[in-house]
Amino acid sequence: MTTPIIEVHELVKQYPATTAVAGVSFSVPPGVCFGLLGPNGAGKTTTVEIMEGILPPTSGEVRYRGEPLGARFREEAGILFQKTALQDFLTVRQCIALFRGLYHRGLDVEEVIRLCALEKLAGRDSRKLSGGQQQRLLLAIALVNDPRVLFLDEPTTGLDPQARRNFWELVASIKAQRKTIILTTHYMEEAELLCDEIVILDRGRIVAQGPPRRLLHEHFAEVLLELPRADFPAHARQLPLRFLETSDRVEITTHELEAALRLLLEARVPLANLRIRPANLEDLFLELTGTELRP
Amino acid sequence: MRRLLSVLHARNLEFLRDRSTLAFTLLLPVMLIIGMGVIFGGPERPLFKVGVLGGLEDRAAQPFLAERYIEFVGMRERADALHKLTHQQIDLLLDPGHPSGYWVNTDSPKGYIVEKLLLAAEPDAQRRPVSGAALRYVDWLFPGILGMNMMFSCLFGVGYVVLRYRKSGFLKRLHATPLTAFEFLSAQVLSRLGLIVFVTAVLYVGVGALIRFHSAGSVLLLALLAVLGALSMIALGLTIAARFSSEELVGGILNLLTWPMMLLSGIWFSLEGAPRWVQWVAHIFPLTHILDAARAVMLDGAGVAQIAPNLAFLALTTLAFLAFGAWSFRWRID
Repeated sequence: MTTPIIEVHELVKQYPATTAVAGVSFSVPPGVCFGLLGPNGAGKTTTVEIMEGILPPTSGEVRYRGEPLGARFREEAGILFQKTALQDFLTVRQCIALFRGLYHRGLDVEEVIRLCALEKLAGRDSRKLSGGQQQRLLLAIALVNDPRVLFLDEPTTGLDPQARRNFWELVASIKAQRKTIILTTHYMEEAELLCDEIVILDRGRIVAQGPPRRLLHEHFAEVLLELPRADFPAHARQLPLRFLETSDRVEITTHELEAALRLLLEARVPLANLRIRPANLEDLFLELTGTELRP
Repeated sequence: MRRLLSVLHARNLEFLRDRSTLAFTLLLPVMLIIGMGVIFGGPERPLFKVGVLGGLEDRAAQPFLAERYIEFVGMRERADALHKLTHQQIDLLLDPGHPSGYWVNTDSPKGYIVEKLLLAAEPDAQRRPVSGAALRYVDWLFPGILGMNMMFSCLFGVGYVVLRYRKSGFLKRLHATPLTAFEFLSAQVLSRLGLIVFVTAVLYVGVGALIRFHSAGSVLLLALLAVLGALSMIALGLTIAARFSSEELVGGILNLLTWPMMLLSGIWFSLEGAPRWVQWVAHIFPLTHILDAARAVMLDGAGVAQIAPNLAFLALTTLAFLAFGAWSFRWRID
């Protein structure tokens, strides 16, 4: 069995008014993209900041390559925070060079610039970058020490769809180098595309853990029928079907599509707006918590 | 060392490219000096001033003390009185008696005239000559302005920069690297120290030439004083900025520190006549020690031995402030 690169054991973080993380344990194998998923307030950023050594836990422990977090971890970890400002008046190249100077080993500044497609922006004041360009610079800074483990905390929040796609391509190319990536996100599409393993957090606790396909298979060995809520009459709620209601739609999961459709037709449920699709991670979250993901 | 140099280099670039701040840092003290020179550099009032040793209680026994257009000032300490005479802050020093003795500054035109008046009243008075150039107010003010500029630049320059870094999350990002708090703080200290020493040297040479000022003491000793003084002030600024995240709070604390220093450290006027407790309070401020030592070197030609207590105070406060700052330092907003 592969030795985990990071082990999180019984992590608890309490604040005076709330418990942000309530006893979380998991292991991250080397070379995978590991996703921490959950809505805002689920405790994923708190968990990841404890894993990064930025926040002290109330109790519990994080181990990196079998040791408590220390100098080796700081040398070998690359981190992209949810929000980071850089020094004023520095160019993209100078920002990267500043951080390169903080590590003993790492990549050449020009190589990092090339890796993150920043060649045309290298001489530009870092304050004059668009959201997507800024995230690429922050990713370059996170890569400057050629990290063994890369933390990406909601890296595409606030980006337009095009910039988000570009960023995903960059992360996919880093993943292809077999680097370990810890990704927190509330975009299920992002997690499905990039993550090999996920942990779903809700209210500071783990509600599901494993590879996305396995989790989906475990929870959804069936297809999913989606109807607008307005098309789902009250009497249809008595049907022998497993369904979940959200604010605007009703989702029915079933092993037997024909039988389910027959029941709906017999109950005179209008099917003009019916959608049949395979389950995704968002469905999984709804299934597990009964709560819609809140971006 | 490599990490420290990286942060130092980046901070220097940031400061040098911030043109408006750089211009303000250089122009403010120059404008102040020129303004004060214009206001205070003109001729003195046409009034003679005579120091009288032992006070003025026995005035009736001395006919000279009845002369008009002369201001007589009682003086208890002979050394202080002679120091003032040397700098032509008084025109003549009288030791009343029968016959009286007196000291006169042979370089002072007003001393020459007031001596004639004294000898007309007391022909037997015993003459003891001293010499020394007149001390203009602008000469006395010059170290004060340099010190004030140093104080503002160190306290606000360092304090607000660290606060800005903390609020923006830049400190949090640095915390995720191998950089230590000591390395970060040292880089900030060195960056600001280099700037302050450079600006102070430019002002000393440039404005010194403008107002035709010449230091009586060693310029190297002044440089040492500037370095130690700036270190103490920067360390004090870091102490304030080490922990807090509120601009209002840090601004309030910095104002709370700078205003008493502005008033009590002797930038604008001497505290010689102030109550003893005020003088005692003034000596808890690094700026008081910087200015006392700077004036001793620049105006009286004092050597390292004479200002050693001031240098020691500045060195010790630097260490104390830095130790406290490093201990209480916070990378992120709590």
